Amino acid sequence: MSEPTLPPIGMLAELTHRCPLQCPYCSNPVELLKANLEMTTESWRALFDQAADLGVLQVHLSGGEPTLRPDLEALVRQLAGRGVYTNLITAGVGMPEGRIDDLAAAGLDHVQISFQGAFAPTTERISNHRGAHEKKIATAGQVRAAGLPLTINAPVHRHNMDEVPAFIDLALELGAERLEIANVQYAGWALLNRNALMPDRASVERQVEVVRQAQEQLYGILTIDFVTPDYFAMYPKPCMGGWARDAFVVAPDGTVLPCHAAGTIPNLVFERFGERDLAEIWQHSPAFSAFRGTSWMGEPCRSCDRKEIDWGGCRCQAMAIAGNARETDPACIKSPIHARMAALIEEATATEDCKFLYRRIGTSYLAGR
Amino acid sequence: MRLQRERKLLSSASTPALKPHVRLQYDGVRRSWAVLSPEKVFWPDEVSLAILRLCDGRHSVAQIVKELAVQYEAPHDEITADVEAFLQEWSDRFLVTL
Repeated sequence: MSEPTLPPIGMLAELTHRCPLQCPYCSNPVELLKANLEMTTESWRALFDQAADLGVLQVHLSGGEPTLRPDLEALVRQLAGRGVYTNLITAGVGMPEGRIDDLAAAGLDHVQISFQGAFAPTTERISNHRGAHEKKIATAGQVRAAGLPLTINAPVHRHNMDEVPAFIDLALELGAERLEIANVQYAGWALLNRNALMPDRASVERQVEVVRQAQEQLYGILTIDFVTPDYFAMYPKPCMGGWARDAFVVAPDGTVLPCHAAGTIPNLVFERFGERDLAEIWQHSPAFSAFRGTSWMGEPCRSCDRKEIDWGGCRCQAMAIAGNARETDPACIKSPIHARMAALIEEATATEDCKFLYRRIGTSYLAGR
Repeated sequence: MRLQRERKLLSSASTPALKPHVRLQYDGVRRSWAVLSPEKVFWPDEVSLAILRLCDGRHSVAQIVKELAVQYEAPHDEITADVEAFLQEWSDRFLVTL
């Protein structure tokens, strides 16, 4: 490893895996942690202090549903006191009146609310939560009333891709500054549900065009960020901006991970905050060093002029599809098994009437696989 | 219906300010100024930093240009073009109000 390790900029704090929604593409691991394994307030505070010392400038407070933690205000207040920018990533359901105001008073900087559909029936069906849509709209109103900037996050897939124009209208109506149209990433729960979620090629092409036109038409009015669908892509995404390059994830029990899904890669050992300091984990943990930079790469990445653009893409996707995390992300046209992506699209879109395996704690979907 | 919200356009009378919840902050770890905004961090260069420091809601664009023309001993027109392009872009990205 010749390149120096720079300090991380961002941290995704999964405060809990508990969530009122059951979205079948949740990015949490399939084996969810129960509440009794969550770190205490004091441990999170100690971790956030070390994160600020290390150079973290943005903390994304996520989950599960982070507002289920009654200590969220205290955590926000501590981060704000350290000058760390706080983003709340919430489902926006079951938030009592006044909670957003309390969080704003504690120093919260920004709120991102997920919408599973642009219309109530879709949101309910995907999240498996009655009344979710109306609750989210009410929460969005509270966010704007508190003077906080709002992002709407819309994960898209086969069952809501044709709602993209309506998602754009919804974001405008709710007073959002930013809309994330995020094609579902097939890791975690989404990988289990791939056949039920995968869109067809024609829908994806339509969607890309709708988004491109809206980005142009709404320039300076609404920022639309587009997370492209890997399976239909020519090049992979720089997952996490590169493995262990400027961001990391902390699971509810304090396990420090290079990305959400890193736990799916066998033979990587992850360390827990408390057993070791954050700075040591960031700099020296073998799991972080495993794919940091470019020296781990084989061909075709090693000699590719895009290797510092996409950093080899997603290691978890290489694991899931190529069966080896060291391989090139199969989303890349240079991958020897790139054609497998198209085959998986075919397989998925030929599977009709496929039921969702909804996200739940303690289910045994893994056992039978 | 979509275009009820309109893009804000800069004029020389605009008095730009950093948006609420956008912070210009010195980062002691990297010894550098950073702009913190929803889910993004920017690292302004020297000129951008000079402009942002004058985005206090009191200086008009014309006054910002005047100050920078003195600071950088540069032609007024050149500074005007740079400042206007910068502020319009930062307004379009919801970082600055006009």
